Amino acid sequence: MFIGFFLALRAAGVKASLREFLTLQEAMQAGLGDYDLDTFYFLSRATLVKDEKFIDKFDKVFAECFKGVLASKPEAAPGVEIQPLPEEWLKMLAEKNLTDEEKAEIEAMGGFEKLMETLRNRLEEQKGRHEGGSKWIGTAGTSPFGAHGYNPERVRIGQDKGRQRSAVKVWDRREFRNLAADVEIGTRNMKLALRRLRRFAREGAAEELDLPGTIGSTARNAGFLDLKMVPERHNAVKLLLLLDIGGSMDDHIALSEQLFSAAKGEFKHLVHLYFHNCPYETLWKDARFRSADAMATEDVLHTYDRSWKLIFIGDAAMSPYELLQPGGGISSWNTQSGQDWLRRMILAFPKSVWINPVAEKHWNYTQTTKIIREMMENRMYGLTLEGLDAAMHRLMH
Amino acid sequence: MARFEGTKSFVATDDLKVAVNAAVALQRPLLIKGEPGTGKTVLAQEVANALGKPLISWHIKSTTKAQQGLYEYDAVSRLRDSQLGDARVHDIGNYIIHGKLWDAFEAEDAPVLLIDEIDKADIEFPNDLLLELDRMEFFVYETRQTIKAKQRPVIIITSNNEKELPDAFLRRCFFHYIKFPDRETMERIVEVHYPGMKSLLLREALTAFYELRELPGLKKRPSTSEFLDWLKLLMAEDIGPEVLKEKSAAKLIPPLHGALLKNEQDVHLFERLAFLHRRGG
Repeated sequence: MFIGFFLALRAAGVKASLREFLTLQEAMQAGLGDYDLDTFYFLSRATLVKDEKFIDKFDKVFAECFKGVLASKPEAAPGVEIQPLPEEWLKMLAEKNLTDEEKAEIEAMGGFEKLMETLRNRLEEQKGRHEGGSKWIGTAGTSPFGAHGYNPERVRIGQDKGRQRSAVKVWDRREFRNLAADVEIGTRNMKLALRRLRRFAREGAAEELDLPGTIGSTARNAGFLDLKMVPERHNAVKLLLLLDIGGSMDDHIALSEQLFSAAKGEFKHLVHLYFHNCPYETLWKDARFRSADAMATEDVLHTYDRSWKLIFIGDAAMSPYELLQPGGGISSWNTQSGQDWLRRMILAFPKSVWINPVAEKHWNYTQTTKIIREMMENRMYGLTLEGLDAAMHRLMH
Repeated sequence: MARFEGTKSFVATDDLKVAVNAAVALQRPLLIKGEPGTGKTVLAQEVANALGKPLISWHIKSTTKAQQGLYEYDAVSRLRDSQLGDARVHDIGNYIIHGKLWDAFEAEDAPVLLIDEIDKADIEFPNDLLLELDRMEFFVYETRQTIKAKQRPVIIITSNNEKELPDAFLRRCFFHYIKFPDRETMERIVEVHYPGMKSLLLREALTAFYELRELPGLKKRPSTSEFLDWLKLLMAEDIGPEVLKEKSAAKLIPPLHGALLKNEQDVHLFERLAFLHRRGG
């Protein structure tokens, strides 16, 4: 049963294993599926998805595979064996949730199928409005959780019983979209990304004496001293952060700063410096570019040794001459080109990555982004959870 | 088999109920994730209450080892006893200290075992418990005995996402992500905690609360438990709905915001917004 659904999930990149699929079968046999599509949705989600970042993908596949069931058109979902339940189920649902006038209106609109379609369209419109709309304080609440959000005038579903959540097709609303790993980081999943940084913050082992271990093992050893060592737990990673706050970074700067200011607590050795579009002979300790805060790049190269890990955060987008020509810098006259400075830094810090907040699909349209990516030997990653994960992995290995 | 349908003091959404009942029926661990303050830890207590089973909690810290959940061999006591010539020393069983899993396995009535914040522990921790959670048995090397669960306990595991859990471990669990309650669920939650609360106040408080959560740039967004605390304060101070509704500059920060905003940067953010608002208006 549901083999097509399972294969579609795997094809979509949800890491569900055979074991989990068999667990689902077991659960169905134990009667947990209850022959109710909602329950089946929840059950299969709890069984097959083990990380909230996959729930969105799961929802999409589910909608695709079972849209046939809902519209009672079996041929729409190839490979899925369909239970002969939808007709009664939908009718029951309508009985339960709609008033007589509403039912009449549904008939007028062209039946239940039409209603579902309308509902889905409305939800899509709604979503679009939310994303575009202002979320600033004081404006009329545009919370996507708001009850009115899913209550397009006529299609009132289970309102009085407070069962709206499960009334129709939870998966089509895709409420877990924010948690998917390949969307760009918003404030919501910023924390998750930070936790990923902590993983490598815990590594960087050194050896120290394990006192309880030594006592225990000495006791076991009938009193002969037996020294035990354990890896040191606190963080030994040294991080040098270079942040671009050039004009084109305005959209991203809050995001990148927030990310790493929060990371600050994690890293005992964290130095962050700013540059404008491209690093030249001077870097700044403060984003206001005051001369008192300036630090010669030469000094940076000499102060921090190879064991420091270097992370650039920038969009790598500038006019080609800013990168390639001496004197191309926009803030001061540089005798060496930005490319030269960049090369020296990459050589000085073998462990370096470039994190680019611009979506990866746009990188190839900017000449300098392409050049810098080549200089970094492809160690350029998007500012997404997946990108960060890969970047951190690269820094550690 | 008893089914979990939520309790008087806990509002369970349908998807949560399905996940809990699946875990109970198939006797597999249930992994719960979600924002802090959405009731992950409370859930275990409530499941235990609803099913009429005792609860055994095992709170994990960064120094917790998997072995500690099974048993520990207190070698130091034994060494001391041997030096004092205590007769107990000849039986190694006297120095085996039972862990939470042992207790759960030995219990006559299958309990609910809560493994709280499993992600706090070392990365190897979940892997070290794979077999034990799978077969519900383990071997005590010192006494050469096998401890086998008399009845498989209901195991609820919570995680705050600080570390990724290994795939092999995840494959053996059911998973549920408690998402932040929407407005309707929140109304039900409030009804459970403060029955008969003035609906006008509640409505304004909910609006203010969800607006606050939507504010971009907030470092720590207030959770359900903080919202409940705030409501309690509002009622204790007898603040009326009209105060919450007022949107003038001075009132941009909700009253008694200390219960909601726990971070001075967030409070500062609000103050700056209020300032801009005053200047703009």
